[in-house]
Amino acid sequence: MNDELPVSVAYLDHAATTPIYPEVVDAMAAQLARLGNASSLHGSGRATRRIVEESREAIAAALGARPSEVVFTSGGTEADNLAAKGFFWSRRHVDPRRTRILTSAIEHHAMLDPLHWLATHEGAEVELLPVDADGILLIEALRTSIERDPESVALVSVMWANNEVGTLQPIDEVVALAGEHGIPVHTDAVQALGQVPVDFAGVNVDAMTVTGHKVGGPFGVGALLLRREADLVALLHGGGQERDVRSGTLDAPAIVGFALATELAVKSQPTRAVELAELRDRLISGVLDAVPDAQLNGLPDDARLPGNAHFTFPGCQGDSLLMLLDAQGIECSTGSACSAGVPQASHVLLAMSRDEATARASLRFSLGHTSTAHDIERLVEAIGPAVQRARAAGLGAGSATTSASPALFAGTSS
Amino acid sequence: MRVLAAMSGGVDSAVAAARAADVGHEVTGIHLALSRNPKSYRSGARGCCTIEDSNDARRAADVIGIPFYVWDMSDQFHTSVVEDFMSEYAEGRTPNPCLRCNEKIKFAAVLDRGVALGFDAVATGHYAQLRNGVDGLIEMHRAIDPGKDQSYVLGVLTQQQLAHSLFPLGSSTKTEVRAEAERRGLSVARKPDSHDICFISDGDTAGWLRERLDAGEGEIVDTSGEVLGTHEGTFGFTIGQRRGLRLGKPAPDGKPRYVLDIEPVSGTVTVGAREELAVDHIIGIKPRWCGSEPFEELACTVQLRAHGEEHRAIARVSGDDVQIELIEPASGIAPGQAAVVYDGTRVVGSATIASARRRTLA
Repeated sequence: MNDELPVSVAYLDHAATTPIYPEVVDAMAAQLARLGNASSLHGSGRATRRIVEESREAIAAALGARPSEVVFTSGGTEADNLAAKGFFWSRRHVDPRRTRILTSAIEHHAMLDPLHWLATHEGAEVELLPVDADGILLIEALRTSIERDPESVALVSVMWANNEVGTLQPIDEVVALAGEHGIPVHTDAVQALGQVPVDFAGVNVDAMTVTGHKVGGPFGVGALLLRREADLVALLHGGGQERDVRSGTLDAPAIVGFALATELAVKSQPTRAVELAELRDRLISGVLDAVPDAQLNGLPDDARLPGNAHFTFPGCQGDSLLMLLDAQGIECSTGSACSAGVPQASHVLLAMSRDEATARASLRFSLGHTSTAHDIERLVEAIGPAVQRARAAGLGAGSATTSASPALFAGTSS
Repeated sequence: MRVLAAMSGGVDSAVAAARAADVGHEVTGIHLALSRNPKSYRSGARGCCTIEDSNDARRAADVIGIPFYVWDMSDQFHTSVVEDFMSEYAEGRTPNPCLRCNEKIKFAAVLDRGVALGFDAVATGHYAQLRNGVDGLIEMHRAIDPGKDQSYVLGVLTQQQLAHSLFPLGSSTKTEVRAEAERRGLSVARKPDSHDICFISDGDTAGWLRERLDAGEGEIVDTSGEVLGTHEGTFGFTIGQRRGLRLGKPAPDGKPRYVLDIEPVSGTVTVGAREELAVDHIIGIKPRWCGSEPFEELACTVQLRAHGEEHRAIARVSGDDVQIELIEPASGIAPGQAAVVYDGTRVVGSATIASARRRTLA
């Protein structure tokens, strides 16, 4: 094992981040060399401003939004935080009864943690709505929760597609329910973009999170698409950029890259989805052939992202499997990456009524624009022996170490 | 060999991993997450379970150029080390959790998992030396740096555990290891040594125990039974302890008094003069032998606490126990600590001290 990557890596972790498009790198490099703050009034400023606005228009066009509805952020986490806190504060300011936030139990931590913070520090009542065993929001639970007291709901936030098990959420129904009571809806579409059609106006949400590095773009840039009439309390105060909702000098090179990647991803989405779904189905059947007792989590076919396959391998520790595959250059994930590197049981799988051992026995494989049939073949070849090994490790077998063997103590001395 | 390097985030384990890689092993770094409680990750800058330490270990692995993972051993650690630590104190004994961790976690749970995953050995930053013995067995010897020698806390390892262990630092001094870390560009080179119990981040063992165990209040008495004071819990005391007794009344002879005995059921702590601490007969239980013992009778030296001195002794195996007769009496021998038996620099094995007493005076 050597930390330099093997000659070729089978990268099956596109849900964590995607390889950047080469043309995006070129466009960003060109913009990095150009002078100008988009807020400056002189020629250099105007030139940068023009680039930023063209990028904004490109993103708006690709996502079915108006250019003024694109609020650039530092990425998905900031956009989710802005939606959660911004809506909560502005809505409660208008009517102090609005303290409830309704969301699914399987949201990304970028949404769950700000909501938890609001509950702890700002008196928000956060309701984590249940999902079924396939990881799909129980829409009746949302209906019951809203109808109990619609006047007290500040925000409903439900992700478009889950980042771990890939299940698509019933966003249309969520919007219809909340709309009956005039409650704003936010959706985190970070995983959906580029994999399934995403149309901001079409789905009729009030705010939507997207980010660059999940669609072949750069890290550190994303956007909250925000309806023109939506009123948000800002989290970052300063120069008044981005409708005064998000101050800070605009990162023109990142925005250029984000816009180009979004355009490329959206344009190729229809054909890519077909290709990825075919690869994914080969991956699923190959893994299930190699490990017959593995369980696919989430629904097959159209109810999940075309690039997502998520399994439980009974008797294995997910991180043992990850390590064994990593050593062969096959890269996947046990769930969403954690900064401390401490494997926690996935809250998504726990919400899907799996027990902790099952949750820890799971791996996600996610495909994207660079995935090939060869990647799948390598995984299918490696997964059987890896599972066997990981199972032995999980059972504490393979040990010749813990107890003293009498055979060693035959001799006496002194 | 394929080697798992256990990396705490400190300088020793980082250099140990680097040396294992240098000699051609395929090394993978792992950091053991020993607590799942986010609070214990965030409090305390030292200790082996902080995020800072995990990051330091990861950064060292980057510099060395080896893969790195965090292994969650928190369940096993809690059961085998933390609960054992608490129940030992509750029984009036003084456990050594580092030794227990080596016995049950690093060279057992981690090693077993590693072997099952295809690794051959675990490398750690302990200061001890392994040598091939004449009988084909692996011998463990004291490190050459007497100030850093950690063979005492490894004295519980069996031959099979030793056969899957690497201690790359045993032939170096701490000074050399720090200098080498500096040379290798490891940012942990100047990180202070950790001395405390890793799961008690503020170092206040008595306070930590007080939060978790029944107070066990009781009386402090002298050997005649006279009550000299009260205390808030027996686990605040260790045999041989002198400080913190807070006795209202000085000894008749004006000399300092020491803890002689702890009785957890009644909560009675007996104190007396230093001379009364002296013992020369120790009964050890649950022996673990590093090599081809047991012997019948062995002229040896024994070490009775971490960083303690060596005592010349005769050790005899009798049934499941080990009887240790010290040539010269020793003071402050606490039940629960390990008696590690040495033949010269070689570790013969260890036993847990069950009781210690003075032989009938001639």
